[in-house]
Amino acid sequence: MEEIKPFEVKDCAFISIATGIRAQTLRELRDKLSSVHPGSIYYHFWGRLLLPRFEESEYNNDFAAWVYRQLQDPILAERLAVIDPSDFSDIEDLRQELIDLIEERLDELEYIPWAKSDHQFHFIRAQIVVFDTHHRIEDPKELASVVPNMTLGSIFYHFIDARRRTPEGVDDFRSWLISFGDKYDDLCSQLAEIDPYFTTLSVLRDKLTEVFQTYFKEEN
Amino acid sequence: MGKLEDYAQITGRDVIEHLYQLAERLKGIKIVHVNSTREGGGVAEILKNLVPLMQELGIDTHWEIITGEPEFYQCTKNMHNALQGRQVNISEPLIKVYEEINQRNAEVLCKELEEADIVFIHDPQPAALIKFCFNRRGKWIWRCHIDISKPFRPVWKYLKNFIIGYDASIFHLPDFVQPLPHPQFLIPPSIDPLGEKNIELSQEEIQAVYEQFGIDLKKPVVLQVSRFDRFKDPVGVIQAYKLAKKFVPSLQLVLAGGGAQDDPEGAMVLEEVRAFAEDDPNIHVLFLPAHAHRTINALQRGATIVLQKSIREGFGLTVTEAMWKGKPVIGGDTGGIRLQVVYSHTGFLVNTPEGAALRIRYLLRHPEKRKEMGEKARRYVLENFLITRHLRDYLTLMVSLIYGVEERIELG
Repeated sequence: MEEIKPFEVKDCAFISIATGIRAQTLRELRDKLSSVHPGSIYYHFWGRLLLPRFEESEYNNDFAAWVYRQLQDPILAERLAVIDPSDFSDIEDLRQELIDLIEERLDELEYIPWAKSDHQFHFIRAQIVVFDTHHRIEDPKELASVVPNMTLGSIFYHFIDARRRTPEGVDDFRSWLISFGDKYDDLCSQLAEIDPYFTTLSVLRDKLTEVFQTYFKEEN
Repeated sequence: MGKLEDYAQITGRDVIEHLYQLAERLKGIKIVHVNSTREGGGVAEILKNLVPLMQELGIDTHWEIITGEPEFYQCTKNMHNALQGRQVNISEPLIKVYEEINQRNAEVLCKELEEADIVFIHDPQPAALIKFCFNRRGKWIWRCHIDISKPFRPVWKYLKNFIIGYDASIFHLPDFVQPLPHPQFLIPPSIDPLGEKNIELSQEEIQAVYEQFGIDLKKPVVLQVSRFDRFKDPVGVIQAYKLAKKFVPSLQLVLAGGGAQDDPEGAMVLEEVRAFAEDDPNIHVLFLPAHAHRTINALQRGATIVLQKSIREGFGLTVTEAMWKGKPVIGGDTGGIRLQVVYSHTGFLVNTPEGAALRIRYLLRHPEKRKEMGEKARRYVLENFLITRHLRDYLTLMVSLIYGVEERIELG
């Protein structure tokens, strides 16, 4: 049997970069979406979790939030909000889905919704710096004590960013646990239940801690 | 024990560990920050906190200031106003002074700046230094602390000639970004929870400060802390107070602020404010010295509601300070205030004195809402606007500039 590699704890930090690209109307949003840097689409779905934002955000991506608040179109906002970016293996597919939804809505509307000039949509992208903490986890049981002390950057990297890095499109914890065969299937199911969208990273860390601590306590 | 360990008590140990991990990748580099004053205003305050922390992380960090005559500050104040949208033409002689002062300061600072790996130039005052430092070795970054979303074009066009020579620039918000031929990073500023302006104070100390100024803490107090600057709309605050007072006769207003060394307009605005207050005994206009941090802290902690009714605002650190003290904030719907005041959660955004008056009345009538909003406000600052987050952003930016401009940088 192939030897299972230890879990490498990494950390990451984000820095936002303005692209200078803006949209004031729904049509502009569609046009700019078709050419904007793919990193910007990633940012507006996921990167926002690492940046200043209010915990009680109603929408889980910036496009939906802007359409709701500034264009005041709740119908399109709801359609955009339901998109789960981890369903798309390629950022280009995700881009196309956004464009399709906006075009569909443009067909339905008799006029083009617009925002005030000082409430435009600003496309932002991010640079992510990933670094190795040189901490290694050999036994899954250690997760119960390591996760509560992880930085929020580590939580982001392993639980969110992983979804676009791992072949299965899942978080790093599940990706590693799967390598132990079916031994941790139940734990993986519990991790799959955690919705990373509507919360802050610190709450996410608390939930992961709870799942790992409860699971390994029961196992003992 | 260093100061960073003290921050761990507030932010959690993991946040500090993260900073050390990032700083490890920056060992051996030299950084210099340059601005135009060591006292007064948000920039000096941030640098006073940030520079020692960078040093504690083992990064060789220096802070230099440029100096000039009154004409220089008159020019840069005009520039500041113009960049924030006011139509101010700056005369040729003043422009000449601006460049001469930058040249003179460059003669003193050039050697240090040219040897540095990273140079942060803060705001327009020292922006022209780049023109006079020819043998630059490191990366030069222009850090803009003001709202230049709608600048008076002729002045921005002039200043842009210097800015395009930089390797990158930093703005608080994407709204402030202008077309430039280099990466434009976004970093909101922050407050220091352990600084004199934000540390916990006893109720006795708060009471004593209020008594010193003859303000009755048993009656409702609305407070605005800011420099006496027209963009902060102190006259609009008095108008809002007068409108609200009809419904809350016991209301008191405190307008507290000082001047900055680089702001020659302050005294004039202060006189306008005093005139508009018309000797109302319940309006307290306090002109405080630049080092009155503890007094401001006490005023913010004792206030019932905090206002920041700016019509233009780079960020509004006084908003952050008030929120950290658990106060709901009624803020002008502009610039960085929008990033902090989440409507109906941490306060209210308003556009007119009438709007401010309405929200004052609402919050005074709903103490439970004030408490709830204040708690949310403090948590929001804890997670987003403390100096540890600011420091992290600077470290990440420096790693990004040194190790490359790829979307993803993987370090061992």
